[in-house]
Amino acid sequence: MEIGTLDVMSPQNGGRINTLVFYPGRCVRCGMCLKVCPHRVFALEGERIRLARPADCMECGACRKNCPSHAIEVDSGVGCASAMIKAALRGREDVVCGEDCCR
Amino acid sequence: MEEGYSQEVMRTTATLGRKEAWDHAKARMGIARMEHRVRPGLYALGEPTRSSPVLVTANYSLSFDALRSSLPGRDAWVLVLDTGGINVWCAAGKGTFGTEELVRAIEATKLSERVDGRTLILPQLGAPGVSAQEVHGATGFKVEYGPVRAEDLPFYLDRGECTDAMRTVRFDLRDRLVLAPVELRNHRWGLALLVLLAVLVPFYGLEVLVVALGGLLLFPALLPYLPGKDLSLRGMALGALLVTPFALFQLASGMDAATLLAVPAEFLLMVPLAGYLGLNFTGSTPFTSRTGVRREIFTYIPKMAAMAVLGAVIGGVALLVHWGWL
Repeated sequence: MEIGTLDVMSPQNGGRINTLVFYPGRCVRCGMCLKVCPHRVFALEGERIRLARPADCMECGACRKNCPSHAIEVDSGVGCASAMIKAALRGREDVVCGEDCCR
Repeated sequence: MEEGYSQEVMRTTATLGRKEAWDHAKARMGIARMEHRVRPGLYALGEPTRSSPVLVTANYSLSFDALRSSLPGRDAWVLVLDTGGINVWCAAGKGTFGTEELVRAIEATKLSERVDGRTLILPQLGAPGVSAQEVHGATGFKVEYGPVRAEDLPFYLDRGECTDAMRTVRFDLRDRLVLAPVELRNHRWGLALLVLLAVLVPFYGLEVLVVALGGLLLFPALLPYLPGKDLSLRGMALGALLVTPFALFQLASGMDAATLLAVPAEFLLMVPLAGYLGLNFTGSTPFTSRTGVRREIFTYIPKMAAMAVLGAVIGGVALLVHWGWL
């Protein structure tokens, strides 16, 4: 298993800033990730796909879901502090959007 | 309204009228949030033939209306998924605009009998919920992702591809401000309390109200111009900016001991309040990741809490000094 660009590390915050991992060895160059990513995280370089802007990833999971060769992994979820704080206050594991939000 | 997928093909047009304008206004103000839906099923937009394109959307009226109104003079099929009246992006995140629902909709509307083509055009922001290869495997329909915004659909339909800009989410001033009325409505009771406080305690009450309203209204407007990368930090910067005129006014009115204590107390209390409102805006932006938000919560909440506690203590001392008890 070939491991390409690993998690994006940032010394400022002492850890990873997102969970996106790309395995170029599994890539079949279908170009689906180029189409679905709303932040242009992937780019075509010659014949190959590469992670161009990994720090811009918002973990929506579109690329992982539409990658036919499982070359992308990302732990996707709700990036909403309000929902996460509400879930934490209620002692719940599942972070979901409320009735009055997110339409 | 009848529930579930319509068995019959329904008709629609690209024209939006007064009824839609009223529905959109209510949706934007957060009134009857769950009632802005259209019947899921297959719609004929214009006079589509068996070879016209098939476009897929959610049954939130704003999503459906954005799609059809971007296609004046064109004939197309519109397949509306039952997302429970939730927009494409949010529903895709929850999976209700997803592979299973799309497969269900294709079967419920007998789409394969009604059209010759085997391509579906989905909004790009539906991709987090849909696996193109699984839909193809289950139904034989090939999923193509169109542009992020419906307004770019004519370009996409004519050329069969999008520019990079059409594939990228933006967060323009209009996008940022369109959420403000809903935010105000969600916080209406807290704001009513602050208005009451502003009447009872004119100076400080007004200061809290200004910071709270600033956090809800000015923050989205000024977002790109506030310093810092994290939204909490930007919120705190706005808080400091809003407290400054109040502090200057106080200092100009007299520099007794109580004032010299009250001013730092105000900053220590108001800056984290604005920071917290900034942090809570994360869910409204199309930029923040779950990992990033989790880090932001763990980084800033303890600091903001410490600031507020310290501010409350200094403020208490300032009050005691003011009353002559110290």
